[in-house]
Amino acid sequence: MTVLRLAGLVKRFGANPVLRGIDLTVERGERIAILGASGSGKSTLLRCINFMELPDEGRVEFGGQVVGSERDGRRRYAERELTQIRRQVGMVFQHFNLFPHMTALGNVMEGPLTVLGQDRVQAEARGRAELARVGLADKADAYPAHLSGGQKQRVAIARALAMDPALLLFDEPTSALDPALVGEVLGTIRALAEDGRTMLLVTHELGFAYHVASRVLFLADGLIHEQGTPAEVLKEPRQAATRAFIASHKQFSL
Amino acid sequence: MYRWDFAPVAAHLDLLAIGLFNTLRLTGAALAFGVALGLGLALMRLSRRPWAAWPAGLVIEVFRTTPPLVQLFWFYFAAPLVVGVEMTPYLAALVTFSIQSAAFFAEVFRAGIESIERGQWDAARALGMNRGQALRRIVLPQAVKRMIPAFMERAIELMKTTTLVATISYADLLFAANEVSQKTFRPLETYTAVALAYFTVIYGASLLARRIELRLARSGEGTVG
Ligand SMILES: Nc1ncnc2c1ncn2[C@@H]1O[C@H](COP(=O)(O)OP(=O)(O)O)[C@@H](O)[C@H]1O
Ligand SMILES: [Mg+2]
Repeated sequence: MTVLRLAGLVKRFGANPVLRGIDLTVERGERIAILGASGSGKSTLLRCINFMELPDEGRVEFGGQVVGSERDGRRRYAERELTQIRRQVGMVFQHFNLFPHMTALGNVMEGPLTVLGQDRVQAEARGRAELARVGLADKADAYPAHLSGGQKQRVAIARALAMDPALLLFDEPTSALDPALVGEVLGTIRALAEDGRTMLLVTHELGFAYHVASRVLFLADGLIHEQGTPAEVLKEPRQAATRAFIASHKQFSL
Repeated sequence: MYRWDFAPVAAHLDLLAIGLFNTLRLTGAALAFGVALGLGLALMRLSRRPWAAWPAGLVIEVFRTTPPLVQLFWFYFAAPLVVGVEMTPYLAALVTFSIQSAAFFAEVFRAGIESIERGQWDAARALGMNRGQALRRIVLPQAVKRMIPAFMERAIELMKTTTLVATISYADLLFAANEVSQKTFRPLETYTAVALAYFTVIYGASLLARRIELRLARSGEGTVG
């Protein structure tokens, strides 16, 4: 079953063409690692998928439905429709973006409560279950300010999971963490992968991508420059730019 | 050497008490309307639609740049002629100070909302919240905490500014003081007592505000999540 299909996706910021025509099909259960130099448009690609940025050209199909409607040769998006899509796509950010005025449990309950309209009892049960899944059942009442970076990111993952997303987007989820805390977050993501979740993961952790991803994309010049299995892209890259990128990650050893 | 005698003033304590009550009533009501109206103006001004942003900007600038006394006279003397509604002194004062506070609070709200990191909006929208939900649940609760000092400053300023209503014969504390001092021929004692009343209320309110601020600061947030 196809979760997501992008066709000819283009995004510009002013005169800066960040994405120049991305074609991508994501099947259920796929775990796709997205690599690329800083500024190559990885975040923009994820943000176009949940419509935090509106694509300038191209088509996004979500669950078999084309998003938006064509009028005067341009694609128009109704805010209501985009909000519906975002409810089904979870996003985890580099800087966590937890809600500082709510406890860990409050953060995780917020989606079910406000967006899905669940009652408190139901939302709390769901919130506690998701916190337990990421190993933070005992931190339910802690405010974000009192959590470590790794704990914050796991709460953020639980917050996304509480919405039952059909697709999870991770944007460099470990880049803002102390090296000592990277492992616990990667462990959580790996467990989700083993559960069969569909995910797109922007990361610089090539070793993790190698072991967990089912497919690896390398983004450059606003295009998917190279893609394939982790072994193909990471061990025997065909493109010079991919080789140079991987060589620059010296700590990467398989 | 002047001989202080508060007894005649104390005999008219009821007048002063009513004056104080009227001052507090006006200040409280103007603050309440001002906050609600100010939030509305701030949201209009932050709106991407020019037909909403423009009028809000105009109201805010007009009320921030004209003297309060002029505004008060305008609503009391001019509005009945222009709009055809007769205003009691209380109503004229309430309208004036409500809109004036709203103009002030609109800017405080705007600064507060704009001070919230983009990541908070991102996280709210990524969950599937619409703009209103993101504002109500995520952005405003954080912004309001940052606004408390400005809010208190305004409340204090407003309470002092309301003394202007004595000029249109609304029986506030200052108006009562005028009366009492004329009746008792004891202006020094009267105004001393009145100053003490203002001091007590305002100082008490600022102490309370400081405690609320400390309490909120301790509840763990104020740091980026
Ligand atoms: N909101 C924005 N406005 C203008 N330019 C942007 C915006 N977001 C990203 N860009 C630009 O788009 C390019 C790609 O950014 P990004 O997608 O964040 O790259 P990456 O995540 O791969 O580092 C960069 O040149 C960046 O400056
Ligand atoms: Mg990025």
